[in-house]
Amino acid sequence: MEFALSEEQVMLQDSVSGYLKSSCSLDVVREGVAGGITKQADVWQGICDLGILGIIIPGELGGVDMGFLDAALIAEALGRAIAPIPFIGSAIMAPVALLSGGSEEQKENWLPKIASGDTVFGVGVTEQIARRETDGIVYSDGTLSGKAMFVVDGIDADMLIIADDSGALHIVDANSSGVTRRALKTIDKTRAVAEIVFDAAEADTLPRSKNDKEPLLKTIDAGRIMIAADTLGAAQVMVEQAVAYAKERKQFDRVIGSFQAVKHMCAEMASDLEPCRSLIWYTAHTVNDMPEETRALACHAKAHLSEVGRDIAKTATEVHGGMGFTDLLGLHYWFKRVGLNRQLLGSPELVREEAALAQGW
Amino acid sequence: MDLAYSERHQIFRSELQQFLKEHKDSAPKGRASIGKASDEAKQWQQLLIKRGYAARYIPKKYGGYGAEFDLLESHIIAEEFSRANVRPGHSGDERVVPVLLELGTEKQKQELIEPTVNGEMIWCQGYSEPGSGSDLASLSTKAVLEGDEWVINGQKIWTSGAQHADMCFCLVRTEPDAPKHQGISYLIFTMDRPGIEVRPLVTMTGEAIFNETFFTDCRVPADGIVGKRGEGWFVANATLQHERGSLGDPNQTESRLRSLVELMKNETIDGTPLIKIPAYRDRLMRLQARMLGMKYNGMRILTAYLKKEEPGLPRWIVKLQGCELNHQIAALAIDAMGELGVLYEDSPYIRDAGMWQKSYMLDLGLIIGGGTAQIQKNMIGERALGLPKEPKYQQGA
Repeated sequence: MEFALSEEQVMLQDSVSGYLKSSCSLDVVREGVAGGITKQADVWQGICDLGILGIIIPGELGGVDMGFLDAALIAEALGRAIAPIPFIGSAIMAPVALLSGGSEEQKENWLPKIASGDTVFGVGVTEQIARRETDGIVYSDGTLSGKAMFVVDGIDADMLIIADDSGALHIVDANSSGVTRRALKTIDKTRAVAEIVFDAAEADTLPRSKNDKEPLLKTIDAGRIMIAADTLGAAQVMVEQAVAYAKERKQFDRVIGSFQAVKHMCAEMASDLEPCRSLIWYTAHTVNDMPEETRALACHAKAHLSEVGRDIAKTATEVHGGMGFTDLLGLHYWFKRVGLNRQLLGSPELVREEAALAQGW
Repeated sequence: MDLAYSERHQIFRSELQQFLKEHKDSAPKGRASIGKASDEAKQWQQLLIKRGYAARYIPKKYGGYGAEFDLLESHIIAEEFSRANVRPGHSGDERVVPVLLELGTEKQKQELIEPTVNGEMIWCQGYSEPGSGSDLASLSTKAVLEGDEWVINGQKIWTSGAQHADMCFCLVRTEPDAPKHQGISYLIFTMDRPGIEVRPLVTMTGEAIFNETFFTDCRVPADGIVGKRGEGWFVANATLQHERGSLGDPNQTESRLRSLVELMKNETIDGTPLIKIPAYRDRLMRLQARMLGMKYNGMRILTAYLKKEEPGLPRWIVKLQGCELNHQIAALAIDAMGELGVLYEDSPYIRDAGMWQKSYMLDLGLIIGGGTAQIQKNMIGERALGLPKEPKYQQGA
């Protein structure tokens, strides 16, 4: 019995975090997002060099064939650094869709390119979770028509995986004729979500997703676990920054962290977040080792991290007083990252309903 | 990450499961009552000791099973009893037996541990005082050595079960001139002596769980001290830590949530089970996620102990999170029952023998007791996050 990270996993996370600390500072993020960039060239290159885009891709297809827990540790590190690069859609959801629904040819064609970073995939499954502002997406005679909203990593994508109204998944070239994309500006400038309109765009269907929703659902589960891990990383930074600020900022001749009102806010944040880490570790571990447990847990991880993340984003900002509200400290970048994560792939109420259904309740 | 158990532990678990299946009917029902154990409870305890599922690590010569300590076995025992919803055994009094084993004299061990383990000797704890709650080390009940006796004067409060107790373990000030933590001694004595008056303190549940205990020139034998004079604070701290460990136990929370799910499947409004009504269902899911977080947090703590590491923050949050979560589980059960949820005592229509209202109140008591939630937050803030202590209040400042 050992419920802990292995030495290799600690090293993996440290190396990703270490790289991001030196190459993806808040200043770098600020500079990039000011220009509307959600795929920072230098940071992207560094991430490609680390080899982590192939984290869940089998070795014979160019990846490093590690587990979902390893992937979650990377997502957490990216959330910590509010890294402006496509990861959850391209490196996690798309490979899961291809591995569970794709043909051998599709896998052999795309997975090595995803692992090397040569091809970025965007993933559009929002309509299968909560359809708004669209009449849906219809597949007919090898083409896709309709509108997909909030496509994850959609703006930076070369290729897309899109769910149609039946839940089947299709590969579409993002630059082909019949595809129109528009960036949707959100509060979070560090990541790209897109509205994509298809007008008889050529589509290559993932054959095993045709009459089986499992590939779609697995893709959503994987995305939810990674988003939850991203929130864990972002929220952890906010707690650390609030604690550091409370140790340094003085009022009434005392550091404010010595006032119980402030100390208790910090203690509550830390004590709410710590079990989240265990929840994510366990949930990610089930994907490879106990897949029958994954669906309900992925929902719980996503919904619970959304709740705790929101509370921490608010409370950590409050601990910083007026400074927390300004752009000077940049705390709002993490606040907004957590804010987007909360809604992506299902807001907490929707996802909790799925958690209940997954348990047969 | 390796969640599998060794073969030895798997066998241990399946033997225990088999034992529980065969014998669960002879276990007493419901929560253990405070005070004297019933004959049924004593027999159950005897059976559990014999099979090694209670008092497992207490040496045979003091009435235990005498196994070598194994953390995973303890974990499996707690898990399986909780899962089977069978009342577990005990290792005597979890607060005082570990202290006696570690720091007691051989005579104290021989006389006191076996009857305690068998449920024949009941203890009460004389720690808190009306003026010393969260700041326990400021306690003022004093004991003066006269010949071969301590003479105790003062008042204790929250002495659970004092009206039934045979023995008391008590913190008293014996060195009035020493700094506050160094002036305390740890005394044990029988309760049947002149100068002790026990007044029941009725709590919000309607039961007298606690007492106020008054000492007036109460004489107790001098050799009833554990550790040396002035070391009582350090002797006691080992046990307080133990008490904090058991409050907020995730096994218990998981089993309560399981009962809540059953309740919400069975209770209906106009024929619809509560678990199908979205607002209630959503609250249930919120609580389940938190319960799972604490369950896996518990696995992390267990792993740290197995590796002989200090678990740190995951350990600090257990009491705060666990007790609050238990309270909210009871709260949802009551809301799911609506008006039926406030029925009490022997009312008709009452569900689960009124256990949920009682839990709701008792759990609030546990949020306060054993170190209030606010004290827990101070400890998390100061010890885990390194925030500075509040400066001492200065008169006239």
